[in-house]
Amino acid sequence: MRNDRSFIELRARERAHALLDEGSYRELLDPFEGIMSPWLPQQGVVPQSDDGMVVARGTINGQSAVVIAIEGTFQGGSMGEVSGAKMAAALELAAEDNRNGIPTQAVLCLETGGVRLQEANLGLAAIADIHAAIVDLRRYTPVVGIVAGTVGCFGGMSIAAALCSYLIVTREARLGLNGPQVIEQEAGIEEYDSRDRPFIWSMTGGEIRAESGLVDALVGDGINAVKAAMNDAIAKGVPAQDRSDKYEEYLARLTQFDTRQQADTAQIKQLFAREVK
Amino acid sequence: MMTQSNSRGAIWLEKLAPNAPRMSGLCPSVQVADGELNGESVRFIAVVPDANNHYPRAVKGEVGLLEGWTLAKVVNETIDADANSDVKRPIIAVIDVPSQAYGRREEAFGIHQALAGAAGAYAKARLAGHPVIGLIVGKAMSGAFLAHGYQANRLIAFNDQGVLVHAMGKDSAARITLRTVEALEKLAATIPPMAYDVSNYATLGLLSDLLNISNPDAPTDADLAQVLIILQQSVRDARLDPSLKNRLGAENRRSSALVRERMRASW
Repeated sequence: MRNDRSFIELRARERAHALLDEGSYRELLDPFEGIMSPWLPQQGVVPQSDDGMVVARGTINGQSAVVIAIEGTFQGGSMGEVSGAKMAAALELAAEDNRNGIPTQAVLCLETGGVRLQEANLGLAAIADIHAAIVDLRRYTPVVGIVAGTVGCFGGMSIAAALCSYLIVTREARLGLNGPQVIEQEAGIEEYDSRDRPFIWSMTGGEIRAESGLVDALVGDGINAVKAAMNDAIAKGVPAQDRSDKYEEYLARLTQFDTRQQADTAQIKQLFAREVK
Repeated sequence: MMTQSNSRGAIWLEKLAPNAPRMSGLCPSVQVADGELNGESVRFIAVVPDANNHYPRAVKGEVGLLEGWTLAKVVNETIDADANSDVKRPIIAVIDVPSQAYGRREEAFGIHQALAGAAGAYAKARLAGHPVIGLIVGKAMSGAFLAHGYQANRLIAFNDQGVLVHAMGKDSAARITLRTVEALEKLAATIPPMAYDVSNYATLGLLSDLLNISNPDAPTDADLAQVLIILQQSVRDARLDPSLKNRLGAENRRSSALVRERMRASW
C-alpha cells in the first residue's frame, strides 16, 4: 500500500494536521506559549515547550473539531500535569460547546505509557479529569480514539481509550492497563515475561484487541486508512450503548470462565467468541 | 496478609452501615450496603479482599476484571433506579484499594475495559446528579483508585500512615524510572506530586477534607461521628456542583488551572 503514506511515522503535530481538513489547523497552547512542566527541571529532566501534547482546532468534513494528539517521543508520551491538563481542558471545552449548541467533534491520538512518574499524583489526577471529560462529551458527540503505535496506550490512559465511543488501532498498536515490566515486577516472570515480544503482542496487540471486540476497527498503517476509519466512526454517531457500559455481557463471560488455566490466544478467542445472551 | 476481617474497607463499611445486609448477586470482593445519612438513604460501596477470588491475581483487595465490571453494574443500576427521582441518592465509595490486579488473564481479558466500566459509571452518576463521595480510609493506588473513587465530587482522606495515594507502587516505580527504591523515596520526599504520604498529597488540592481519626483500624464512636458530619457536609456541597472544578485551587496544582485559563482564552 505504497500509495498511502505511513500514519505511524508521523509525529503528533503531523497526525493532527493529517486528520483535520486541509488548511483548517490551528494549534492551541502551542510551543510558543511556553507552558511547560514545572516538575521536570527540578529532577534534572529537560522539559519540552509543548509538554508533549498537541491540541489543534479545525474542521473535519467541514464541521468544528478538536484533535488532541500525544507526542509519544517525549517521555514516552507520559501524562504530566501540563500535558494532562491540556487534554482535559480541550475535552471540557468541547463538551461545553456541545452543551451550548455548537457541535464540536473530538478525536484523540493516544500514544502513552500512562502517568509520568516524575509527576505521579498530578498525572493521575489529570487522567481522572480526562476520564470525567470523555464521559461528559461522549453524551453529545462520538469521542474517537486512535492508537496507531508504536508506543501504544497504557496505564490510566488505557482506561481513557476504553471510555471512548469508538477505538481505531493498527497492528503496531498495543492496548493494555499494565505495562509488561510492571506486571513482571508485581507478579513474576512466570506470569508475564516482559522480554517475550511475540507473547506481549499476542495478549495486547491491535490484532487480538480487534478480534476480541475491545476496539472497533483494525486498519493498515496509512493516513487514508486511518482517516477513513475515523470518518466511519464519526458517521455512526453516538453509540446506542458505550462499550464501558456493557457490564452484563462482560460479567457473564468472565464469571463463567474456567480460570484454572493460564490465558493464551486460544483462551482469549474462546472467552470473547461465544455470544452470551 | 490482608483479609476481609482486617481490611479497612470492610471495617468502615460495617461501621458506616451497621448490620445492613450486603447487596446480593455480586462478586464477594465488591460489597454494597445501604445506610442512612441525615435521614436520607445512601449507598456505600467497598472493594474488599476475597481469598477465594475466581481470578487469583485479585485476592488481596485489588480491583480486577470482576471488581471493575461489578462496580460498573452496581453504580449503573443505582443511576437507573433513581432515574425518575428528583433527588438522587448519594453514593459513597469507601476506598481501600492496594492496586489494580496485575496478571496475564487480566491483560488478556481486557482489565482496562473493566476499569473503564467502573470509572465511567461513577462519572455518569455524578453527571446525573448523584452526590458521589470518595472516603479514603486506606490505600488509593493507581488504576484501582481511578476505577473506585477518583470520579467523586468530593474526596475525603484520613490523615494516617496507612493512607497512601499514588500512581505506582514503590518497587515498580523504581524499576521504571531506573532508580533504587531508596533514591526514589529520597526524591519523592522533595517533590510533592511524587510523595506517597497523604500529607504531601493534601497539598495538591485534590482533597476536600483531611481527617484526624484516632483509630482507623478500630474506629471509636467519636471517629464515626466525625466522619458522618463530614460526609453530610460533602453531600450538601456536591449537590451544588457536579463538576470536578473544586480540585483546581491549590498552589501545587496551579499549572492545571493556568492551562485551563489559557485554553479557554484561545479556544
